[in-house]
Amino acid sequence: MVKSTGLKRRDFISANDAVAYGVKLCRPEVIAAYPITPQTTVVEKLSEFIENKEMACEYLNVESEHSVMSAVMGASLMGCRTFTATSSQGLLYMCEMLHYVSGSRFPIVMMNANRTVAAPWNIFGDHRDSLAMRDSGWMQVYVENGQEALDTIIQAYKLAENPKVLTPVMVCLDGFVLTHTYELVDIPDQSAVDAFLPPFVTENKLDLAKPKSLCITAPPEWQTEFRYQQYEAMKEAKKLIPGIDKEFAAHFGRSHGGLIEEYRCEDAEYVLMAMGSVVGTSRLVVDKLREEGLKVGLVKVRFYRPFPKEELASIGSKVKAVGVIDRDISFGYEGALYADVKAALYNSQGTCPRTINFIAGLSGRDITKENLEMMYRKLIKAAQGQAEEEIQFVGLRWEQW
Amino acid sequence: MPKPQITSFAFPSRKEGMPLGPSAVAGVLVEANAGWRTFRPVINGEKCTRCQRCWLLCPDGVIERGEPYFQIDYNFCKGCGLCAYECPVKAITMVKEGDSNG
Repeated sequence: MVKSTGLKRRDFISANDAVAYGVKLCRPEVIAAYPITPQTTVVEKLSEFIENKEMACEYLNVESEHSVMSAVMGASLMGCRTFTATSSQGLLYMCEMLHYVSGSRFPIVMMNANRTVAAPWNIFGDHRDSLAMRDSGWMQVYVENGQEALDTIIQAYKLAENPKVLTPVMVCLDGFVLTHTYELVDIPDQSAVDAFLPPFVTENKLDLAKPKSLCITAPPEWQTEFRYQQYEAMKEAKKLIPGIDKEFAAHFGRSHGGLIEEYRCEDAEYVLMAMGSVVGTSRLVVDKLREEGLKVGLVKVRFYRPFPKEELASIGSKVKAVGVIDRDISFGYEGALYADVKAALYNSQGTCPRTINFIAGLSGRDITKENLEMMYRKLIKAAQGQAEEEIQFVGLRWEQW
Repeated sequence: MPKPQITSFAFPSRKEGMPLGPSAVAGVLVEANAGWRTFRPVINGEKCTRCQRCWLLCPDGVIERGEPYFQIDYNFCKGCGLCAYECPVKAITMVKEGDSNG
């Protein structure tokens, strides 16, 4: 017997709590978890919901993240809606099973509290953990605030479980700056979420009436075809994402932009592109510089996989300079997001803008308004033909920045 | 115990014919499950006393009781040699695959 929630419509909660409420509203049947900072409070909250009988869900405490992903995969294999959350070292520890889950087409939704990866040891936020899992076959979505975190969890199940998609989704929240920040969050009614998200029904499960072998071996003659299916599924997902966001808006009155969200880009000449919580600060900086008459704009790259190639290229080809903020760097090359944005601009219609990669916010270092303002000013200088280093570490201590 | 029959895999002619994810109807073998056998056990029917020891001990359950003597299903036998080792009357010999007397 599930007790009524007694939730307020609007509550002052952390983004981790917002994730937990979002998950609760999606009625998963199995949750497995292993705690890791800064993810812990998500699964703590969910375990409280279950203990208080506010959720009818099986909760498994297992011995490692590898086992977590194996357990939720087992549940998904039985046709259950499942959830888990992790971070950093834990995400890397599940790496093997991430591929198992996506390759087997189980639509698991997982929250990742973005935190850097040791060494040096550090528990604070950057995108090194999830970006390292780029090719695991999971969709990745980066959110900006607690409200978007809650809403994106609901959207994520809708997307992942679509029969044409059946691909897992990783919902990424910046560690501490987002996960542990409190804000007012609208918590939708259960009935509204039920109307938006029907129960999970799949053919891709074990069923005594229709015995199947799942996760079979595919020899060299067949592996390519299964990989092609995954490639096609991601393409389908990309087509569906804007529509799911629109449908969500029709149900709940809030939209987060689908694949990307533009902010004051209509006539912009200098645009920053970024993922995650830094987008919130950047909006303020855009407003300030707009007051000075500078034609600046901002793009929130919400989905990293599938990658919004056409959407970003269409903006990039209309502006004079594009700056990309990466909270990570691929050593020996450049920021991962930057590399992808530049690749998207190549072969696109229109002129190719000047581009700069800003490596910032590593291991939880603040990206200040001053930092962001400086990025815009550097973009303007670059567009005017002044020499600017292509890859810049923002606020490096012994350099004038 | 019935073992799956070897059923050749029908190549889907269109991509829509692919299964949903890497899955297949349960209990289907697309090829002989004996690929790593180097030596095959061969039963000498005249020495065999039908004691059933090999039939009981075969880890893969591939020995069938029958007349005039027991049969080995070579589609499944992995060639482990346990039957030959355990046969109390040495009625089973391990013969190298490809040898003419195999």
